Amino acid sequence: MADVVVGRASVTRSAGVRKRSSLRNAVKHKSTVALLMTLPLIVLISVLVLYPAIYSLHLATLNKSMSRFVGLGNFQFLFKRETFWLVVEQSCIFAITAVIFKALIGFIVAHFVHNIPAKGQRKWRGMLLVPWVIPPAMSTLAWLWLFDPSYSAFNYTLSFLNIGPIPWLGEASWARFSVILVNIWIGAPFFMIMYLAALKSVPDQLYEAASIDGANWWQRIWYVTLPMMRNIIAITTLFSLIVTFANFDIVRILTAGGPLDQTHIFATWAFKVGIEGSDIPLGASVSLFMFPILAIAAIFILRDINKRGNEA
Amino acid sequence: MTTVTLDKAGPRRKVKQGSISRDRAWALRWSYFFLALFAIFSLTPPLYMLITSLKSSAEISAATNPWWVFHPTLGNYVELLTSNQFLRFFWNSAIVSIVVVALTMLISVPAAFALARMKFWGSTALATGVFLTYLIPDSLLFIPLFKMFATFQDWTGIQLLNRWYVLVLVYPTLTVPFCTWIMIGYFASIPKELDEAAIIDGASWFQTLTRIFIPVALPGLIAATIFAFTVSWAQFLYPLVFTTSTDQQVLPVGIITTLIKGDVFNWGQIMTGALLGAAPPLIIYAFLMDYYIAGLTAGATKG
Repeated sequence: MADVVVGRASVTRSAGVRKRSSLRNAVKHKSTVALLMTLPLIVLISVLVLYPAIYSLHLATLNKSMSRFVGLGNFQFLFKRETFWLVVEQSCIFAITAVIFKALIGFIVAHFVHNIPAKGQRKWRGMLLVPWVIPPAMSTLAWLWLFDPSYSAFNYTLSFLNIGPIPWLGEASWARFSVILVNIWIGAPFFMIMYLAALKSVPDQLYEAASIDGANWWQRIWYVTLPMMRNIIAITTLFSLIVTFANFDIVRILTAGGPLDQTHIFATWAFKVGIEGSDIPLGASVSLFMFPILAIAAIFILRDINKRGNEA
Repeated sequence: MTTVTLDKAGPRRKVKQGSISRDRAWALRWSYFFLALFAIFSLTPPLYMLITSLKSSAEISAATNPWWVFHPTLGNYVELLTSNQFLRFFWNSAIVSIVVVALTMLISVPAAFALARMKFWGSTALATGVFLTYLIPDSLLFIPLFKMFATFQDWTGIQLLNRWYVLVLVYPTLTVPFCTWIMIGYFASIPKELDEAAIIDGASWFQTLTRIFIPVALPGLIAATIFAFTVSWAQFLYPLVFTTSTDQQVLPVGIITTLIKGDVFNWGQIMTGALLGAAPPLIIYAFLMDYYIAGLTAGATKG
């Protein structure tokens, strides 16, 4: 390129040419470089996420020893089993109740934190987020010990009020209550922090305008806060719904599905059938039932992301 | 803040002079009261872990007031921290998490840069795809993955199941999509002029990434690192399915499978183990809470 430069006058021009050609090179190489940079990601996702997801569809159509194609036989078998319908019911109860309470508690607590002077907020936020930070398997162990029927702290404390002893994990309805309670404890801080971020983004002028117009506390929440937070509430709830629906740790550690399979949700039952019972195809069929709800949630979230993309 | 939010809180019952500030004071008191209640709810299990970890087995089975330690002892800590098995779990957890964090950053940072800045064919679709993979939970994939690893071993003779490095292979499926997603967000917020200038000055794309984007997006990078670490440290399902022998297990599974022996629960040790297992994320969080929260609210997280 240097030999192109002849006269004094062309110096500036050559600089321009060099700039342009390096830009052109950059553009030419761009797609190659981009491919190289994204290749590990593409490989990882296709080999360890997409392929297994499709593979589980295939697995679900095999017989127990995985030697014969049985079509929808596994599903037919599942539909005839009472336990399966118990699992469907409990999964829905578990996910919906837990998400509603997590959202409510998160919303309320976020307001309280937002209410107090900014100086002290960090400290409170820190304490309230602790359940979210501890690995769920570890904190669930603490709950298991709190629920212990004979030596536990809960029943000991309740005995002073002449209540109990409550069979926290020993009786179906209490066990269901317990797993939901622990899920709420772990998940509520997530809602709290998301809602707090949303609350902070609501301009103060809106509240001032509302109160000048004579809006009371309830009207301010209903007509100012909620509309402004709508998007965050929707996306947080959907996320939590997916994760709660696919939960494994809490139920596995607290009850392992018991008593009498009453607290099994899809993930724990799939584990019991597929890994412990070594009927891999049946386990795959069970976990596939999580797919529809994930797909529905994904569609809603995608719509939301596209909306966000258009706004930006 | 206090002056601006003057009448943001609390129902105004009386319309009298000075009632605003009085209502405000009451609203504050109620806020603190309920926050304290919620804080008790949040902190009871971890505190109970701590209380139990300081008790001897004799004191636990004596069924005295469970909320108080009458004869505090560090016996449980000494016993666990000198047991080879427990140290093995801790070591496995540490090595798996550190390798996963490194791998995650190596994969997701360049990918996020390419997706945020180098518009190429299919880049938008890929970005959406990354986000969607994040929604596919571990509890849907563990069975096909288990079968895949078993088949892989039959074909190649390379053992993946029951080896700690199988976890290094699968954890990135949980961490990479999220980290890529938040890094795309951080990179997208960097002004376009910056990389255009760098490219015109003759920097390669790779140099643009390492010299400009990584330093500028450092807070996002820290948030992503914390995430990758906490997710790998806390993962329970994959190690439970993929590892069985005690020398290959990580902390959460190790504690649950070895400290709980049949119906005999050695609660003092279990709680000590759980507390030690919860300590690394808690310590990181205590120092880097703001990054953690920034990352949490930047994209969208599992909850």
